[in-house]
Amino acid sequence: MPRLLLFIPLALFIALSFFLWKGLSIDPRKLPSALIDKPFPEFQVAALLQPERMLSKADFVGKPVLVNVWATWCPSCRQEHEQLLRIAQDNKIDIIGLNYKDERAAATNWLRQLGNPYLFNIYDEAGMLGLDLGVYGAPETYLLDAQGVVRHRHVGVVTAQTWVELQAMIQALGVKQ
Amino acid sequence: MLRFFIIALLSITSVYAAIDTYEFKDKDKELRFHKLSADMRCPKCQNQNLADSNAAIATDLKQKIYLMLEADKSDVEIVDYMVERYGDFVLYEPRFNAQNAVLWLGPGVLLLLGLITIIWLTRRRDNKNDENSESRPELDAKQQKQLQQVLNKGKK
Repeated sequence: MPRLLLFIPLALFIALSFFLWKGLSIDPRKLPSALIDKPFPEFQVAALLQPERMLSKADFVGKPVLVNVWATWCPSCRQEHEQLLRIAQDNKIDIIGLNYKDERAAATNWLRQLGNPYLFNIYDEAGMLGLDLGVYGAPETYLLDAQGVVRHRHVGVVTAQTWVELQAMIQALGVKQ
Repeated sequence: MLRFFIIALLSITSVYAAIDTYEFKDKDKELRFHKLSADMRCPKCQNQNLADSNAAIATDLKQKIYLMLEADKSDVEIVDYMVERYGDFVLYEPRFNAQNAVLWLGPGVLLLLGLITIIWLTRRRDNKNDENSESRPELDAKQQKQLQQVLNKGKK
């Protein structure tokens, strides 16, 4: 038997250790969205600030947008609010709010006090649009392309770093079209 | 003391009753509901199934299962609905697909490789043993004679 064959178990062990070590740095809460490269679900839901206005997908399809899932009961949403305001100021992309399982009065108050980075807000009181979208907690942020197709999902707080990454993706979308 | 125990026991059952708020007219549907919510994983609190989880999203999903059952949807339709939104992650027993084929088939392939290796090794060992004993080249009559001569030479 060639001597090199004796090293096969060692090589296998090293390969296994590498994968186990790699596994330590994977965040199990970061799930891939089942909706990536699929169209944003159709919906017919009232707006948060104008309850009589019905919103649908047609209200934002046509250019890339960010859809931010938020609620007043969610502390991380408060944490990312500053960053959302900065993104709105950069004026590179519109942010659509998806107010998720919240109270209308509390949410309205929140926007009045902290500032409103959103083009408009979908008031998903029962969380049924969130369910169609595969949301499992707030905050979550989705990047949609001009056709209303989901391109990326970010789970958790949007930070300055996230915004840098998102900008690269938005640029890539612009090049493709 | 006994009375205290009885009261304690009664209060426990009432607490459990408060958790189970889904009412089914059909016993079969109720069983299917328990099976489905036990076989699906809560996307938020990842090591619990829907039945055990109290997370808001788990409550929503259970509600959805309940509504779909009441609307006479089949188990397959309900599972497809969940997978469409939350991916294969929601299933505690994932389906076979290209992504997880290695996990499904890997053990079988490894077992097969092991068997082949064992057969190969034992065959090789058998061959070696053969060489040592039976397959030794036989001497013909002339060679036997020569051998005898050589051996006898030494004796003289």
